[in-house]
Amino acid sequence: MAKAKITFTDIEQTVNVPAGTRVIEVSERIGAGIIYGCREGDCGTCMMHVEEGWNNLTEPSVLEEKVLRENMASRHDRLACQAQILGDCKVKPA
Amino acid sequence: MSSAASVIARDRADQARAVEVAPGVHWVGALDPGLRTFDIILRTANGTTYNSYLVRGEEGVAVIDTVKAEFAEDFFARLESVARYDEIRVIVLNHLEPDHTGALPELMRRAPQAQLYISKRATPMLKALLKPRDDRPLTYTTVGTGDEVSLGGRTLRFLHTPFLHWPDTQCTWLAEEGVLFSGDVFGCHHCDARLFNDLCGDFRFAFDYYYAHIMRPFKGYVVDALKLIEPLPIKLIAPTHGPILRDRPRRYVTRYRELSTPSLAERIDQGERSLIIFYMSAYGSTARMAEAIRAGAEEAGGIRVSLYDLEGGEIQPFVDLIESADALVLGSPTINGDAAKPIWDLLSSLAVIDLKGKLGAAFGSYGWTGEAVKMIEDRLRGLKLRVPVAGLRIKLIPTDEELEECRDFGRALAGALVRGEQGRVIDFADLG
Repeated sequence: MAKAKITFTDIEQTVNVPAGTRVIEVSERIGAGIIYGCREGDCGTCMMHVEEGWNNLTEPSVLEEKVLRENMASRHDRLACQAQILGDCKVKPA
Repeated sequence: MSSAASVIARDRADQARAVEVAPGVHWVGALDPGLRTFDIILRTANGTTYNSYLVRGEEGVAVIDTVKAEFAEDFFARLESVARYDEIRVIVLNHLEPDHTGALPELMRRAPQAQLYISKRATPMLKALLKPRDDRPLTYTTVGTGDEVSLGGRTLRFLHTPFLHWPDTQCTWLAEEGVLFSGDVFGCHHCDARLFNDLCGDFRFAFDYYYAHIMRPFKGYVVDALKLIEPLPIKLIAPTHGPILRDRPRRYVTRYRELSTPSLAERIDQGERSLIIFYMSAYGSTARMAEAIRAGAEEAGGIRVSLYDLEGGEIQPFVDLIESADALVLGSPTINGDAAKPIWDLLSSLAVIDLKGKLGAAFGSYGWTGEAVKMIEDRLRGLKLRVPVAGLRIKLIPTDEELEECRDFGRALAGALVRGEQGRVIDFADLG
């Protein structure tokens, strides 16, 4: 299975994950600083900033785009409960 | 509501006049002396207040937060005693929870020209509250730190202070008067019609209790907010609940700093990690396991290991200890297919602290089934602790070899803590 590295820069921790893993699954177990609310892409609480590897996450859905807009997300912000890791990337809480 | 409280409540309508808290700044909130339980979980011995404020500038009026819906009548009566609705240019919502936005829809109906100012994270909540439609659109302005709105001779400046205690929370600063409209920050559930902290009864316990239940899980965000708040030349803090803090307001800022600073910081050496073992033991076997795990963990050095018998302590100080610890290890025998009740009492008391990044582990002796260890591990994972070492179960009385297993278990936990994983790449499969 393809692997990818995700780095949580707030805690300087990198995890080697199977491609397709959602960011939420990793960040909660590793204790990164991203905070979660509904866990289903609705509340916007888990917004994170992608520092590197923006293109190595799955594309945001129409619903995620809407929530990001409502939360005044900047260009490289995503919802950690929705984004799946496809390749190496670096993220931190937004 | 108790009968005594309902008597107090009946009298409130007659007292609905605004109270000036600073030049041109009025309290237009509501008193709720009959409330005994707030939000299901918080007890309050003499009710609470829903504080709303009105600021008058040369070119208009701002209303900062509103009140719970049931108290709208008091709020509007007080507002009308100092302003007309057509003067209201600005409505600031520092926090959108219903106890502060209950009167908002009616206020917007009475002052349709007023512009709403909310934090950048508040939009979804505002929409959920007001349910805009295509034929009834919603206009509002989102603001962050540094943004401001002028009322003519008076300027409201916004501080982005999220997660105190919702994502949307912010504070508003009126520089000309040195007034900080702090939302729920520095608030408490204490109702006293005299309003000001130097006139009210002693509310120190209510202040700390409120912090402990509302702000404590977000200590990191409290510290971030204090960085914005501490440099301000504050003359008065106007929170959304409880007394208005005009007498030595900085004491309350200092108190938040104290409450947000780890209590063990001075006891634990720089860089030393803290591992705490709690256990219950019916016949001494789980206790012996705990002692052996402690011995193993201590071999590593650089770790402060603490061992407590849950049977001999109260939950609350243990919660304080866990907040400052890096690893939490729980030992329980299995009794009728479950862990012992004090273990669950402890594990159900941790919602008030931030557990992020802590390690967890479980162990225990058992007679015939031994489910407790797995159940505790599941709960630890449910609380978002990482469980890096598989739980250790031993049937009945541990042998010398089994006690060596316990020491190995302690060594493995210490290894996971001391190595610290910073800079090292962890495999997802090892995250537990």
